[in-house]
Amino acid sequence: MTEQAITPAKKPDKKFWANLIQTAGILPVLIVIAIIFSFIAPNFLTENNLLNIVRQASINIVLATGMTVVILTGGIDLSVGSVLAVSAVTAMVVSLMPELGWAAVPIALLIGLVLGAINGVLVAYAGLPPFIVTLGSMTTLRGLAYLLAGGTTVINSKIDFAWIGNAYLGPMPWIVVIAFLVLLATWFLLRHTVLGIYIYGVGGNPQAARLTGIKVGQVMLFVYAFSGLLAGLGGVMTTSRLYSANGVLGTGYELDAIAAVILGGTSFVGGIGTVIGTLFGALIIATLNNGLTLMNVSFFWQLVVKGLVIIIAVALDKYRHKGAGART
Amino acid sequence: MAATSPLPVSSTAAPNASTPNRAPALDMRGISKTFPGVKALDNVQLQAWTGEIHSLMGENGAGKSTLMKILSGAYTADPGGEIRIDGQLTPIAGPKAARAAGIAIIYQELSLAPNLTVAENIYLGNEPKQFGVLADRAAMRRETAKVLERLGAEFGPDTLVNTLSIAEQQQVEIARALHQNSHILIMDEPTTALSTRETDRLFGLIKRLRDEGIAIIYISHRMAEIYELSDRVSVLRDGTYVGTLDRAELSAERLVQMMVGRPLSNLFDKRSHTTDRVVLEVRALTDGGRRVKPCSLTLHAGEVLGLAGLVGAGRSELARLIFGADRRASGEVRLEGKPLTLRNPLDGINNGIAYLTEDRKAQGLFLDMSVRENITISVLGRDALAGGLLNRAAMARLTAGSIQDLRVRVAGPFVTAGALSGGNQQKLLIARWIAINPKVLILDEPTKGVDIGAKAEIYRIISELAAKGVAILVISSELPEVIGISDRILVMREGVIVGEVGGSSGKAATQENIMALATGTTEMVQS
Repeated sequence: MTEQAITPAKKPDKKFWANLIQTAGILPVLIVIAIIFSFIAPNFLTENNLLNIVRQASINIVLATGMTVVILTGGIDLSVGSVLAVSAVTAMVVSLMPELGWAAVPIALLIGLVLGAINGVLVAYAGLPPFIVTLGSMTTLRGLAYLLAGGTTVINSKIDFAWIGNAYLGPMPWIVVIAFLVLLATWFLLRHTVLGIYIYGVGGNPQAARLTGIKVGQVMLFVYAFSGLLAGLGGVMTTSRLYSANGVLGTGYELDAIAAVILGGTSFVGGIGTVIGTLFGALIIATLNNGLTLMNVSFFWQLVVKGLVIIIAVALDKYRHKGAGART
Repeated sequence: MAATSPLPVSSTAAPNASTPNRAPALDMRGISKTFPGVKALDNVQLQAWTGEIHSLMGENGAGKSTLMKILSGAYTADPGGEIRIDGQLTPIAGPKAARAAGIAIIYQELSLAPNLTVAENIYLGNEPKQFGVLADRAAMRRETAKVLERLGAEFGPDTLVNTLSIAEQQQVEIARALHQNSHILIMDEPTTALSTRETDRLFGLIKRLRDEGIAIIYISHRMAEIYELSDRVSVLRDGTYVGTLDRAELSAERLVQMMVGRPLSNLFDKRSHTTDRVVLEVRALTDGGRRVKPCSLTLHAGEVLGLAGLVGAGRSELARLIFGADRRASGEVRLEGKPLTLRNPLDGINNGIAYLTEDRKAQGLFLDMSVRENITISVLGRDALAGGLLNRAAMARLTAGSIQDLRVRVAGPFVTAGALSGGNQQKLLIARWIAINPKVLILDEPTKGVDIGAKAEIYRIISELAAKGVAILVISSELPEVIGISDRILVMREGVIVGEVGGSSGKAATQENIMALATGTTEMVQS
């Protein structure tokens, strides 16, 4: 019937570059920022400081990884900072119980998972908008964190999970190793499992996902539970570094996590994005914080610069993507 | 690429001799457009005269949209070509220049602001000013009312656009074009979302505008529309100009040959594969009477059962009930004698029922995902390795096999689905459902918005599946299609299966008989 069953369609050589650009994403911006700081910020380009940046980024990497998975489904999780606080305080409180001290970390993680799952149930099965659900849980859980901590700071200088925040694996702080393991595992989940493709599918076209037989509700439940679990882990990481926890912990962390995800090129609409991009996004934010602090820029100006860089980076990204897909 | 076989076509001179001295309203010559790595248009020409409806045909990817985007200023052509409006050389540098030259385009996707009134939409961006700042609302209303009256619209200037039907919104777009004194009006598949009645009204309007001296360029895949409207038809293929036919020269055979570059000897495979073995039995299935009143039907292995009717007759809704996409209120669906529980699509799929949706972009495709993921997503779970890991080998095998069997034209399995033409996108979705080895395959408007070459291939696929014993239910609003591919046809009207034609029903499967049932008239109705 047809003479040309599989026509080798357009631009095979262009694809390579397009792919590279898509994978590299925001990386050039990170490199440019780093180069600038290496000239103008004292001691920026030292091994110690670079390690510091990664360490400072690690908790945001963990939160933003969970956030990426949620945003991929077209949702949002504003509650991660509060979940982090509840988990952190819980870990501290449990660690002070003589016979339960060993269970501090598992319980804190479980709390995160359960809180995330509650968000998930409300979104997936009650059909409430993610923004509203997690805005509500953000406030509720913040209150709960204060209540658990009794309005003060819970301190325990003898926690047995202090290694998480303070020990090293070879030259690498454990906290950084954990962040990268989380990232790697999530990358694997998204790239190599059926669930990963379902997550992209649900975000890309929820109607089509349902009509293809994907259990959309279960996928949604999973992503919020997953984000909650990682926020719980973030709580453990935070508190293990501080040997203490209180109700204020993690305030505003959700915004840094969202910023990292968006900087990393994940679409707010869902269905497009990678955790590698999110990693670069989180590193950009940490590098900015670090470099500006080294330059003694005041905290207020840091906020101004950070906000502007986020807007400019995302605008650049959008501009770059505009050229693609010319044909009808 | 494909060899351009020179076909005997008429000259591109004026359609009739009554306007010998005047220049065409639109004269595009030597138009080329190169995108990085691909030549979308190569030395294309198009002449349209004042007071003619000039149809532009071609398969998806032939370059129609690119050509129209050049004309409307969305793209700039490569240097070398020229565009003349009423004989005047008119470079079109952007949308504004196109508007100034009197060119208006009405896209498939309408571009109105839903929360503004009709008048506000028509004036959007160039409101008449009072005292330099305030919009002169009275003048806007007055002028809008005038244009609306000219169109015979049934709504006023103060109506909110989001309360209008698609057809009415189209009228607003046309009103806007008239208001801007456009005398070249491009319409890109305007009937896609319209009912038969709305289509008829639109055609009346288009003809009236032509008679008022507007040059209309009409893009459509539907042969019947081309026949009804066109004064002349130009055909593009693979980015090149093939030729132009006068109304008197039009024939389906000839147009198809020009579009696909080969004769279309037989679009439909007339062999029947139907058997006596009942696969699907639907008994008094209803959604409670909103869209589907109790419906019963029987589907045999290897049978292609057509489901005809007007848009809105409840055909898709019935299909969704059979598939499990919507909850039934009462009734029964039996598969091979066994009654099914259908709470969601997964229940349908697990029982071997597949449903190709009518709206492939909104309900079928994952546009940002690859061809491979789009094809395999229905069986990822089934084929997964232990622990839910993707079975990449199985995915690659299925994708390669599907691309070959269904002749999907695509550079590779990792191209995103959104980059494919309509026909190839449809093939992806069909491949997705073939992958589950369906016993029952429901196809809802399987060739909607698909070019004629891909249509022929989809018909071939349907026939091959039937030969393998799949029971197929085809919903189609194109009568020649549903008659051509079906062994017998059920006709729905207002949620009820009102009759059967073809097969052993005793009634011939003709357009007249179907339309009589679909509209509820006893006299013959010409489609």
